[in-house]
Amino acid sequence: MSFHPNEVQRRARVASALLLAGFALLLGAFFRAQVLQSARYVLASEENRLREIPLPAPRGVIYDRTGRVIAENLPGYSISLLARNEDSLRTTMRRIGELVSVSPEQVGAAVRRYHRDRSRPTVLFGDAPFELVSVLEERRFDFPGLIIQSAPKRYYPDGPAVSALVGYTGEISDAELGQTAFGEYKAGQQVGKDGIERQYESRLRGREGIRFVEVDARGRVVRENAREDLLPEAPQALYTNIDLDLQRFVHEIFGDSLIGGVVAMEPRSGAVLALHSAPTFDPNRFIGGIPLSYWRELQADERRPLYNKAIKGTYPPGSVWKLATAIVSLEEGVAQLDDHMSVPCTGGYQFGNRYFRCWDAKGHGDISMARAIELSCDVYFYQLGLKIGLQKLIAGGIRLGSRERSGVDLPAENRPLFPTDPPKAYYDRLFGPQGWTSAVTLNLSIGQGENSQTVVNMARFYTALATDGQAARPEIVPGRAERIRLFDLDPKQMAELQRALTDVVGRGTATSSRIEGITVAGKTGTAQNAQDAINDHAWFVGYAPAEDPKIVVAVMLEFGGHGTRAARIATRIMERFLKARVASMPLTEGE
Amino acid sequence: MNSRRIPSDWPLAAFAFALTAFGVLMVYSAGQTDVPNFVERIWRAQLVWVGLGVAVAYAISRTSVRLVEWASLPVYVGALVLLVLLLFIGTGAGTAASTKSWLAIGGVRLGQPSELAKIAVVLMLARVLSAQRQAPTSLFALWRPALIVGVPWLLIMAQPDLGTGLVFLGVFFAMLFWSGVSWPLLVMAASPAVSLVLAFGVGAWGAWFLLLLALVAWQRPHWLEGAVLVGSNFVMGVVAPLLWERLNPYQQRRLLVFLDPSSDPRASGYQMIQSQVAIGSGGFFGKGFTVGSQKRLAFLPEQYTDFIFAVVGEELGFIGVTLALGLLCVLMLRTVRVAARASSPFASLVAFGLTAALFTHVLVNVGMTIGLMPITGIPLPFFSYGGSFMLACWMAVGLLVLISAEGRGKADGLVI
Repeated sequence: MSFHPNEVQRRARVASALLLAGFALLLGAFFRAQVLQSARYVLASEENRLREIPLPAPRGVIYDRTGRVIAENLPGYSISLLARNEDSLRTTMRRIGELVSVSPEQVGAAVRRYHRDRSRPTVLFGDAPFELVSVLEERRFDFPGLIIQSAPKRYYPDGPAVSALVGYTGEISDAELGQTAFGEYKAGQQVGKDGIERQYESRLRGREGIRFVEVDARGRVVRENAREDLLPEAPQALYTNIDLDLQRFVHEIFGDSLIGGVVAMEPRSGAVLALHSAPTFDPNRFIGGIPLSYWRELQADERRPLYNKAIKGTYPPGSVWKLATAIVSLEEGVAQLDDHMSVPCTGGYQFGNRYFRCWDAKGHGDISMARAIELSCDVYFYQLGLKIGLQKLIAGGIRLGSRERSGVDLPAENRPLFPTDPPKAYYDRLFGPQGWTSAVTLNLSIGQGENSQTVVNMARFYTALATDGQAARPEIVPGRAERIRLFDLDPKQMAELQRALTDVVGRGTATSSRIEGITVAGKTGTAQNAQDAINDHAWFVGYAPAEDPKIVVAVMLEFGGHGTRAARIATRIMERFLKARVASMPLTEGE
Repeated sequence: MNSRRIPSDWPLAAFAFALTAFGVLMVYSAGQTDVPNFVERIWRAQLVWVGLGVAVAYAISRTSVRLVEWASLPVYVGALVLLVLLLFIGTGAGTAASTKSWLAIGGVRLGQPSELAKIAVVLMLARVLSAQRQAPTSLFALWRPALIVGVPWLLIMAQPDLGTGLVFLGVFFAMLFWSGVSWPLLVMAASPAVSLVLAFGVGAWGAWFLLLLALVAWQRPHWLEGAVLVGSNFVMGVVAPLLWERLNPYQQRRLLVFLDPSSDPRASGYQMIQSQVAIGSGGFFGKGFTVGSQKRLAFLPEQYTDFIFAVVGEELGFIGVTLALGLLCVLMLRTVRVAARASSPFASLVAFGLTAALFTHVLVNVGMTIGLMPITGIPLPFFSYGGSFMLACWMAVGLLVLISAEGRGKADGLVI
């Protein structure tokens, strides 16, 4: 043992130096963490401490052309949970189930939402009834991690009257979450599912707010309002061209008994005034999750309430398409409006070994094209079609937009069905090279055969007839009005054609639909269809007033019988619109 | 008349009191959480233990070094008996519930004998080393001190308690150094452990091994010693990793958990991260006494025991950390001085051994909270909650005050 004082002093110095070095090392490490890298750790500690609770934003209000509300938001409540795992989620649902009834579907939906996005609180009840909210508020402390907050709820004051138009909203689906278009969306958020709600989703969607709550290591909410809320923001309101009064009126006429679709629009601007599909459904019942019973009821209804008959359903247009045949004839110079055909109408027409009937077995006699339009004489148009020839008829039909969507600003409009050019290839493909004859021309010329049109597209076609040959794209939200020339006739031809259409209602097939003080022009159609041999589809497409068209209306009644029924509905819609305009006009103009 | 112990080392006692007061405040703060639990009340229990500790320390300071030297053997034997007993009746607690660190009678936990064993080992080692006329000059000559530390060390590793085991190693080498063992011998004695640590990096181990060979060539120990040394290093550096790799992952994990009960990788990784987040987010001035969010919201694990220094870091910031480490550092510099001026080799070795024990605790514990050291479950002197440990700390203070009072240079009034 060497404990000489000098030795000990030397060792003490070494030991002190080692000690200081050790402390310096520690202090250095703390300096690095607490001074140099502190910001990083502050962030990590805030991330530990704070949970962001999304505050749902109200969607944009949708107005009609005069500022009447089509879609708005009502105060509602949502209940969500900061769940640590699936078990704690299920436990909470079970305990809520002891207080109010909770269906297994609701539990399943909550579990699915939890697995889709665990970083956000899981929505348990997107649209919680008030009694549930009050029951849970009372027992707040029994449910750690439960978040009750206001969540604006979509409401359509006119419900079923606007469903075909406005669509509805719902929780974003898994499939949608996978799409790039919904890249910024989170599970549990509401999104437009159909109609205007879907088409204008980006304009209607509000900006979500954030509430910051403080949680402990076990995910229990310890403090609400840990930081100032970032408030949700509503987007600007969306104004549409819709005339809500007219829309309601259309819904009233159809009631629950008629099946069909209606499109009413302005002929020049393309503004859609009303768009309806009957029977309808109540979009308000879709908000916050469609009740299973209601969904089954809609699915089971063979009238297909969920199928939009104005933009998705395609139907043989029948005689309303005869105007296309007539226009092709005028354009090609095959026959003029005062030309007669070689064979007068005796109630039918013999072509080869087949006899083609006219709708009126009494026959129409020897008539001009104008008169044939007025009386909707099939025999005349059989011969006109044959004179034009299949190829020109089809090429002309395509030119007139018979293969195109109307371009209305609604999602999932269907494309009409119509043959392609050249027809030989089309029919060979359809029936086989020996499977068809030029008899197809006869059917086609009266709007039957391989021709199936949407209501909205026929409305568009008639905007060209109502004006100068330019068709207006149907437009619900004003913004990019667009007119495309479908045909070019000289003014005389145009005037004669329009007079023929006026005579349809004045003294032709639709005389029973005349209205007091307003000249209506249009064309009925009674279209045979493959589904029902007895009940034809009833069409009427027309415009009024004939001398200065303000409104084009296309009405199609599924299995509705004769076109005159559709005509009566169409003219009442026109009357409502035009007389309301007169009534609302100031009595003295200018001051 | 107590003239032989006047003046007492008041500065030393004052630093210890200051640190203890600081520590109790932090234990109080550790209990201030948003979801309160039993930790809210433990600062009172800690105060009781402080009172007991101070009383024992005072009593010790009133005895004499000779009495302490005489008591060394019975204390050491008593500690060994308790440690052996623990293997049969020991119970676990807290995060180390599967271990056998606690002595309990009738379900009432009395304390952790390993804390007292630390002091017993220091005393016994001091007695043995001071009794030798010369410092050991060969590895084989170290057998007696090695045995004194080795037996309780093995008993503690069997609990298992890696942290306390580490403290024993620190004390062992520090006291050998203080007794005058040459540094090449110290290096050689420590070399197998170094080899084991370096074993998993081929380059580092190779360099170390070459260095060791050079050292052996220079020191020329007995050929058998040299052979044992080189052989053990080779085994540690080459064979151990090979064996390790042939183990299944679950076996490796079991071995790790055996060495360190809290080494469930995910859990300890979480603790380490949360501790660093707490400290780092404290910044320069801290979040304020009792209001640290990591602690309040229970993100910080073991905030009243092993990770209490993270509470200091979070709530009092770099300033608080500097103050705490500064106090600890000054205290230890002073105890080194006490060791240097002690009246006898035994007293000197006891003082230095206690200093080494304190330093190992501080280095490993504080290093662990900031991520410099692995998580081994070792408490921080004067801060961590724990009765036996507080008692042991104050017993050490009592011994140091006693040694200081009997030492040379009392009259020069020097205070570090």
